[in-house]
Amino acid sequence: MTVAQERALVIGASLAGLRGAESLRRAGFTGPVTIVGAEPHAPYDRPPLSKHVLTGEVPADATTLPNLTALDADWRLGVAATTLDRHNRVVGLATGEALAYDRLLIATGTRAREWPDAAQGRLAGVFTLRNRDDAAALRRALTAGPSRVLVVGGGFIGCEVAASCRALGLPVTLVETGPTPLARVLGQNLGAVVAAMHEGLGVVIRSGTKVERLEDDGSGHVTGARLDDGSTVAASVVVVALGAVRNTEWLAGSGLSFDTDGVDCDANGHAVDADGRPDPRIAAAGDVARFPHPLYDGRRVALEHWGHAVAQAEHAGRLLAGTRPGAAYAELPAFWSSQGGITIKSVGLTEGADGLVIAQGDPKQGRFLAVYGRAGRCIAAVSFDCARWLPAYAEQIRAGSPFPPIRGATDQGALTILSPGFPEQRRPEVSR
Amino acid sequence: MPDHRSDQAGLQPEPAPARAARPLRVSVDLNRCQAYAQCCYAAPDHFVLHGREALYYDPAPDAAARLEIERARIACPVQAIHVEDAGSHGR
Ligand SMILES: Cc1cc2nc3c(=O)[nH]c(=O)nc-3n(C[C@H](O)[C@H](O)[C@H](O)COP(=O)(O)OP(=O)(O)OC[C@H]3O[C@@H](n4cnc5c(N)ncnc54)[C@H](O)[C@@H]3O)c2cc1C
Ligand code: SF4
Repeated sequence: MTVAQERALVIGASLAGLRGAESLRRAGFTGPVTIVGAEPHAPYDRPPLSKHVLTGEVPADATTLPNLTALDADWRLGVAATTLDRHNRVVGLATGEALAYDRLLIATGTRAREWPDAAQGRLAGVFTLRNRDDAAALRRALTAGPSRVLVVGGGFIGCEVAASCRALGLPVTLVETGPTPLARVLGQNLGAVVAAMHEGLGVVIRSGTKVERLEDDGSGHVTGARLDDGSTVAASVVVVALGAVRNTEWLAGSGLSFDTDGVDCDANGHAVDADGRPDPRIAAAGDVARFPHPLYDGRRVALEHWGHAVAQAEHAGRLLAGTRPGAAYAELPAFWSSQGGITIKSVGLTEGADGLVIAQGDPKQGRFLAVYGRAGRCIAAVSFDCARWLPAYAEQIRAGSPFPPIRGATDQGALTILSPGFPEQRRPEVSR
Repeated sequence: MPDHRSDQAGLQPEPAPARAARPLRVSVDLNRCQAYAQCCYAAPDHFVLHGREALYYDPAPDAAARLEIERARIACPVQAIHVEDAGSHGR
């Protein structure tokens, strides 16, 4: 069979699915390409949803992604894939149809983790934020002038939502079980800088506290929450920002290795079965993929980063087209976040860091760059409004340069090594 | 915060071409963006720096702004700006 006769199927019509399909074409795949997406929308960008969409600067339906190359593909939007039969090379859809494939890209991403009590989670005024429709609904609730917004969870999305609410002048309380917001990714040391920054914006931060239950007035609308220290927070809008769950259920029975933290890939990006054998016809990319990262001793990671979805999808497209990508996927992890006008950018993975130095600037001035080290090597760098220094440190991280890092000619003396302050129980394989 | 859309509408008084064409599609790779602000000078109605490094951009500018947006794309020193004309979209 020649390559021209083969059929490619992309499951998931978002950032990774779109960029993966484009890459297949660019790599010379000429057979039919079908892209299946559970959402009824053409691929759109999610980062603005927690930022400019909530503040009203960008309408929720305005973030459709640009194609980077003309894309000849058949789109099946508004229908989910429900089964994968690798033996017969067929993907089953919710409509009962079956689509045959010779090359398959798994790009089903993640969804928001729901509030654990389903009845409380269904109360009017309780929101999660993952999709365009979620953002439109939350925006409507924010414009109705809520008495207070309660954000449950101090990860990146929780922090961005809190900052956007403050930009609208709304009272906000953010409850986080960890010692500070963002402690899982940045550690407590920089987490404290983030907490101070949000307090400066007027966010009430309740760290080290857990929301025990969401309460209602008997009419089905949320009125607030009870916390585990016995106190209550009155709020008419609650945003549940407890992280993400990978969309992998449809792979049940396929024989592939997966769980709610991702579908497993080998170093090239091929999906592997329960015995670790790669399926040469299948690749995964983006938020849903878990893979051994060569820069981090082959540790399996699943990254929820925009830039990673793009880079890994481009890699997977070349892989599936049969163009040898040459090397394992080894893109340095990178993300940005913007909160209250401050831009936080990160390269590398902070996981397992045993030291932290402030390499540029000063946290007290709100503008600085921190480098994380582990066992004497640089493993990650995080900048707060200091992005221009980042590429130089990214280079040192790629090279595994000694920690503490070497600074430029304007050395201001030895760097003090601080403790990053990671909480005890970090979930090991999930970043962000 | 300023409403960039209405600013832009003010600069584009003729409704006819705007009605005929669908909006452009723009995205910026904010990992790459170094906040150099060249795009903001080239297309001030569609790219604005909030604070020191937070770039706001209009992901769906009116098709009539094509030249300005193209100027911004070319001006970006790190090629972080992606533009597609919705009219040439494959689907
Ligand atoms: C509010 C928000 C803000 C963010 N901000 C930033 C940021 O500032 N910086 C950053 O680096 N990253 C950010 N991210 C993360 C970034 O958006 C993701 O990494 C990116 O969207 C991942 O793309 P993906 O295509 O892998 O997955 P997704 O975007 O999750 O797309 C997966 C798609 O697959 C579909 N799907 C799922 N199951 C099925 C099925 N069975 N059949 C068919 N289709 C299916 C889903 O409906 C979805 O459309 C943000 C994310 C959110 C939600
Ligand atoms: S010109 Fe490029 S680098 Fe500068 S602000 Fe615009 S997008 Fe960012």
